[in-house]
Amino acid sequence: MTVKGAVIKYGDNIDTDGIIPARYLNTSDKKELASHCMEDIDGSFASVVKSGDIMVAGSNFGCGSSREHAPIAIRESGISLIIAKSFARIFFRNAINIGLPIVECPEAASEIEPGDEVGMDFDSGIITDYTKSRTYKAVPFPKFIQSMIEAGGLIGAVANNVLGGAENEV
Amino acid sequence: MSKMTMTQKIIAAHAGLEEVHAGELVLAQADMVLGNDITAPIAIQEFEKIGGGKVFDRDKISLVMDHFTPNKDIKAANQCKACREFARDKGIKNYFDCGEAGVEHALLPEKGLVTAGDLVIGADSHTCTYGALGAFSTGVGSTDMAFGMATGKVWLKVPSAIKIRLTGVPGKWVSGKDVILHIIGTIGVDGALYKSMEFCGEGLKALSVGDRLCMANMAVEAGAKNGIFETDRKTLEFLQDAGARDPKTCTADPDAEYDQAIDIDLSGIAPTVAFPHLPENTRTFDQIGDVRIDQVVIGSCTNGRLEDMKAAAEILKGKKVAEGVRLIVIPATQKIYLQAMEAGFIKTFIEAGAVVSTPTCGPCLGGYMGILAKGERAVATTNRNFVGRMGDPGSEVYLASPQVAAASAVTGKISHPREVMPV
Repeated sequence: MTVKGAVIKYGDNIDTDGIIPARYLNTSDKKELASHCMEDIDGSFASVVKSGDIMVAGSNFGCGSSREHAPIAIRESGISLIIAKSFARIFFRNAINIGLPIVECPEAASEIEPGDEVGMDFDSGIITDYTKSRTYKAVPFPKFIQSMIEAGGLIGAVANNVLGGAENEV
Repeated sequence: MSKMTMTQKIIAAHAGLEEVHAGELVLAQADMVLGNDITAPIAIQEFEKIGGGKVFDRDKISLVMDHFTPNKDIKAANQCKACREFARDKGIKNYFDCGEAGVEHALLPEKGLVTAGDLVIGADSHTCTYGALGAFSTGVGSTDMAFGMATGKVWLKVPSAIKIRLTGVPGKWVSGKDVILHIIGTIGVDGALYKSMEFCGEGLKALSVGDRLCMANMAVEAGAKNGIFETDRKTLEFLQDAGARDPKTCTADPDAEYDQAIDIDLSGIAPTVAFPHLPENTRTFDQIGDVRIDQVVIGSCTNGRLEDMKAAAEILKGKKVAEGVRLIVIPATQKIYLQAMEAGFIKTFIEAGAVVSTPTCGPCLGGYMGILAKGERAVATTNRNFVGRMGDPGSEVYLASPQVAAASAVTGKISHPREVMPV
C-alpha cells in the first residue's frame, strides 16, 4: 500500500484545539468538521488542501484533547498521511483507530519542506521525497494496521471481519 | 521478583497477566468506560456500526452531559438527545443529565464510581484525573470508547514511567495547581510523552485529595498517559466517604524501573502561572510584571472542587471585582454548588460582582459561557491555554490556581494573593 502527495507543513505542539476548535464540536458531521480543519492555525488550509496531500509536522502533534474529531477532520480534508517527529498519545491511537495513516520519522519531518512531492510505502516503511530525491526509513505498518487503514478504521475492520482472526483474541 | 511500577501492576491485573513490561501491547479489562456529550455521539455511531446490541455491562459505563450543557445550541441539543436515547435504550445506569450532571472528572470521584486499583478509560483527555485515587485511568478516543462499551476491553501499550518524589510542605499560597504547573514547566508539554507520572514520597501528606486530583488531571498536559498517586489514609477516607467500592491499593515494586526520577521539595514552589500558548510557559511572580486582564474563570475539572471555591471565597470576601473585569465562577458539580451555597461562598462571589454558573465545562474549551474576544486576556483555573482555547484565536489564557485567579479578579491584573490579603 502506498500514498503520494504534496506536503503541507506545520511546527511543534500542534494541538487539537488548533486542528478543530471546540466551537465546532457540536457536530459529528465529517464534511463540516473538515471545512474547519486547522482554521485557527492556518486559515487557508481547508481551501488549499487537495486529496492525497501529506501533512508533515514537528514534535507532539495532536496534543491536548481526546477529540476524535481532530483526526477525522484531517482525514476528511483528504490528507493521506501525517509524518511527524512525534505524536501525542491519544491522537496517535485515534488516528490509527479511524484508519488515518500516521508515522513518526524525525529525520523526514525535519528535512521535508512545504510543497515537496512525498510518498510512503507502508510495507517497507520507506518515505521518499521526490522533489529532493531523498529517502527515509520509518517503521513499516504491520499488516493488521494496513487492513484497518483499508477498512476505514478499527470498527470497519471488525465489521468487515478483515483482521484475519485478530478480533477473536478480543 | 517483579519490577513493576504502580501503573504496570494495575494493567497486569486487568490483563490477567502476572507481569507486564514497558512497550508490551496488552488487552485489558476496564472497570469503567466514560464519555461525554461531545465524544459519546461519535462512539455511539461507531457502536452501532459493529452491530449495536447490548453494552458489555450497563453498570460500568458513565455518560456525563457536561461540555455544552445546558444545551448551548440546536446541534448541542441533538448530540445530548442522541446520548440520552442511547442511555435509555441500553439501560446505562450512570447517565448524568442536567440537574444531576457536573464536570465529569469531578463527578465520578464524588459519586464513588472510581476506586483505587481500577482501570478506567474515558473519551476525554482529562480522564487521567482518577490517578489521584490510586487508579490507572487514561484518555482515549471515541472509537476506543465504542469498542470499550461493546467488549469492556481496551488495547494498551504498557507505559514506562517517571517517578516524582515529593518532600516538604507547600507555602501558604501554593496549591496542587502550582506544583503541577511547576512540573510541566520543568519537563515540558511532551516531557512525559507516552509515560506514566508516578507521585510518591512523604510530601504527599501535605497535599489534599483535591490537590492530587488537580495534579493528576494535568498529567496529560505533560503528554503523560496517566498520573498516579500512592494511596494513603486521606485517599481511603475520601473513597469511603464517596461510597466507592473496596479499594485495591498497590505500591511500586522496590526495584521497579523508572526512566527518570524527579525530586520536588514542595516548600520551594511559588505560585506559578502558565503564559500563552502552552502549559509549559510557566512563570513565577518575579517574572510576571504588569499583565492586565479582562476575564477570570474559576472552575473546571482541574479546579472546580469545594476547596477551590473556598480558596477563592476567602480572597474575595468583602472585596469587589476590579472595574472592567468579568469574573465567572463555576462549581464543578451540583453537590459542590450546594455546599458552596451553604458555606456562604456563592453569596461572597455574587457580592464581589461575579457571575456564578451551573456546572459546565463551557468556557474552558471555548464552548460557551465566557468566550473571549480578539485581544482579550483571561486568567483561568483551567488546564489549557492553546491558541483560541477560550475563544478568538487572538485571545490569551493564563493558567493559575484559584488563589491567584481570585486575587487577579480583584486587582485587574495577574496578581499574587498576598497583594490583596493581609500577611
